[in-house]
Amino acid sequence: MTYKLFLDKLYDFFDKIAGKEILYIPSDDSDGSARFKKYETGVTLSESGNTVRSAKDFFFPQTESLVDFKVDGQKIEVIDPRTETEDFVIFGVRSCDARSFKILDKVFIDQEPADSYYLNRRSHGTVITLACTAPVETCFCKTFGIDPTESADGDITAWKTSNALMLKAVSEKGRALLESLGEIIDKADSEDEKAVEAQKKQTNVIYDKLPLHNLSTEKFDGRSMMDTFFSEKWKELSEACLGCGTCTFVCPTCQCYDIKEFDTGHGIKRFRCWDSCMYSDFTKMAGGQPRLTQLERFRQRFMHKLIYFPMNNDGEYGCVGCGRCLAKCPIHMNIVKVMKSIGEDE
Amino acid sequence: MQEVMIKKAAELLENGTVNRVMGWKAGEFIYDVTPAVFETAEELKDFVYGDFCAPNLSKYMVAESKKDGKILVFLKPCDTYSFNELLCEHRINRDGVYVVGIPCDGKTDIEKIKALAGPGIIDIKREGDNLKVQTAYGSSELSRDDVKLDRCLVCKSHKHVAYDELIGEDGEIRESKRFDEVERLEHMTPEERFSFWRGELSKCIRCNACRNVCPACTCEKCVFDNPASGVENKAASTSFEENMFHIIRAFHVAGRCTDCGECSRVCPQHIPLHLLNRKFIKDINELYGEYQAGADPESRSPVVDFTKNDAEPGIIYERGGNE
Amino acid sequence: MQVNNTTENITENTSFKPLIVAFCCNWCSYAGADLAGTNRLTYPADVKIIRVPCSCRVNPMFILRAFQRGADGVILCGCHPGDCHYTTGNYYARRRMTLLFSMLDYFGIEKERTRVEWVSAAEGAKFAATMNDFAETVTRLGRNKRLEDLRCRK
Repeated sequence: MTYKLFLDKLYDFFDKIAGKEILYIPSDDSDGSARFKKYETGVTLSESGNTVRSAKDFFFPQTESLVDFKVDGQKIEVIDPRTETEDFVIFGVRSCDARSFKILDKVFIDQEPADSYYLNRRSHGTVITLACTAPVETCFCKTFGIDPTESADGDITAWKTSNALMLKAVSEKGRALLESLGEIIDKADSEDEKAVEAQKKQTNVIYDKLPLHNLSTEKFDGRSMMDTFFSEKWKELSEACLGCGTCTFVCPTCQCYDIKEFDTGHGIKRFRCWDSCMYSDFTKMAGGQPRLTQLERFRQRFMHKLIYFPMNNDGEYGCVGCGRCLAKCPIHMNIVKVMKSIGEDE
Repeated sequence: MQEVMIKKAAELLENGTVNRVMGWKAGEFIYDVTPAVFETAEELKDFVYGDFCAPNLSKYMVAESKKDGKILVFLKPCDTYSFNELLCEHRINRDGVYVVGIPCDGKTDIEKIKALAGPGIIDIKREGDNLKVQTAYGSSELSRDDVKLDRCLVCKSHKHVAYDELIGEDGEIRESKRFDEVERLEHMTPEERFSFWRGELSKCIRCNACRNVCPACTCEKCVFDNPASGVENKAASTSFEENMFHIIRAFHVAGRCTDCGECSRVCPQHIPLHLLNRKFIKDINELYGEYQAGADPESRSPVVDFTKNDAEPGIIYERGGNE
Repeated sequence: MQVNNTTENITENTSFKPLIVAFCCNWCSYAGADLAGTNRLTYPADVKIIRVPCSCRVNPMFILRAFQRGADGVILCGCHPGDCHYTTGNYYARRRMTLLFSMLDYFGIEKERTRVEWVSAAEGAKFAATMNDFAETVTRLGRNKRLEDLRCRK
């Protein structure tokens, strides 16, 4: 069932949710770019496009304490630094980013043993997706079968039309949240449904005008893994790469991490932090570094997203086409250029 | 200009002066050019030069100049300062590079264009001092001055300080207001400055783009990547680590930073990192005499130099910011 | 607002004892500290001396890490300019520290928390007086909050 909320009650809706759980919404920063912020009175919903950084931080933060050790003579005390996680709601996640959670789930939950740190956050979070109405030139979500106008990957899916917010529960958790809101939301009628359909159509029209609308994954069906691996193109593609971690850190699906220890002078803190395959010490081990050149590291990133990941995950690509790496790479080398260039190979 | 450069590159490849050319290659959109090496005249069809060719190619010369043969590189005036500084530090093999200086009247910032013209950029055409921007949602006309990179708005020099050949006339060193913003910060109270930098640096995601793009950062192994250094970290866990990385990085390039502005240009989080480097440049100018890194390859960096009458460190209690 | 802060600091400071790290060059200042000791001059026990071969051995990372690990003030002592055991080391240290301290000030970190003093081997009295004065200044400033690493706090 679809519910509707008049836009003049939007902030009452936020207040209502924030009264129960922590609510995060995309809000414009001083430099005009959208970032997720904790909602409190005065925080306004961003009208600009997708957030600069993805929403993966909510479930997989950049740094996270795993365990603390306190040493006192012969005694070692092991301390779990986790505190009770509060329930939270993320509003305004776009279809591309919502899909990234499913991809991260495959890595952290769908295998034994499940990552309890990730799972804990995931089970406390409710995701309200918001249909995209303004795709930009760097968008290519449809390449990976993602519908920008409606997401089935969150708990509630929403559309913002000219006068109302339409809400539809996708999961049980989403249904419970909607039902708990009471009278602030109404049942949507057929007029509203029509408005949503019109909006979807309009978004698709714009999407088809954009330069990457027909980007194809055809070449990356896993059948030519070795050919792709040994392609001559990697040298040229990786030549200008600076080896920074921008692409991996703005990426909603990059999931590699490192586990480090910090000596506080009176104990040890073991934590994990994001790692980047672009870094020279990525996966470095006692025996040395398996990927000695930037070419190999660069290749690893795209092989992982386009070939290894789908091979191990029923054809699901490790990319959602959000376009952040296209916008942020200091030298503008990116997955689209790789796909097009390698795609030309015989 | 692009045609002249392609012609020049083809000619130098043809007559054997160089065997490779470094320039910029067209991308998927009008603005996403990538630094690239071209090996044949045929490949030069993808060569572009225009408003979005901001990347400084000097740093690539550290590796490229040591390869077989000679490489042609096109350098804008500000890039030549970095090139000179790298020569000074013996990081570039001068015999492996053929520098062609190209004029520059400022590069444009795609983020500023997106902010003004809206998202969904399809095409951008330059018409004199204006840009005609076509987006998926409409079109608009912008003044080029409004969308120049911040660093270009306070351009310090149109003069090439290192080249084998020039295309066009050489420019002059310019009067620039590049220290104004540093001064504005200096006039704040320490509390205001502290919250300003906390606000900025807490955005840092430690992607290292600023470091990796920096022509002054050419250490074979950075202290922050070295597990044996005791300060290695892949992500900042606390505000201290955010501060430390940026203080140490700025300090390490002090006296060598030419103020090319690449750090701020590449920052995905829009942190004004150049304000750290400019502070050091300003302090050096005021305390030890005017110095422009890269201007003269024979000069000695002020941080590895001294005079017997240098100011005592106590001078900072009197100068600098407000109490 | 400002007034409130000040009173808060004062009440907090009555029991506050700052931790001070003093980097002392082996040839002059460390000997100066020794002389202060043999002359029975008093200076706060919370001054922890780290001996370095020359004041120019101290790189900015040392100063920052001292703050990270709980120092409330950091002082660098070396031979008087012109008297360096290695001829010119302290001249370089002087430039570096001036620039570093200026940058810390630019970051909004209280500039009185860092200091450089030239103390010769004969200046035991100056060493003690400097440390007393510095400890007093840092006590007035209170705990280092702007450049501390919360993980290191006990």
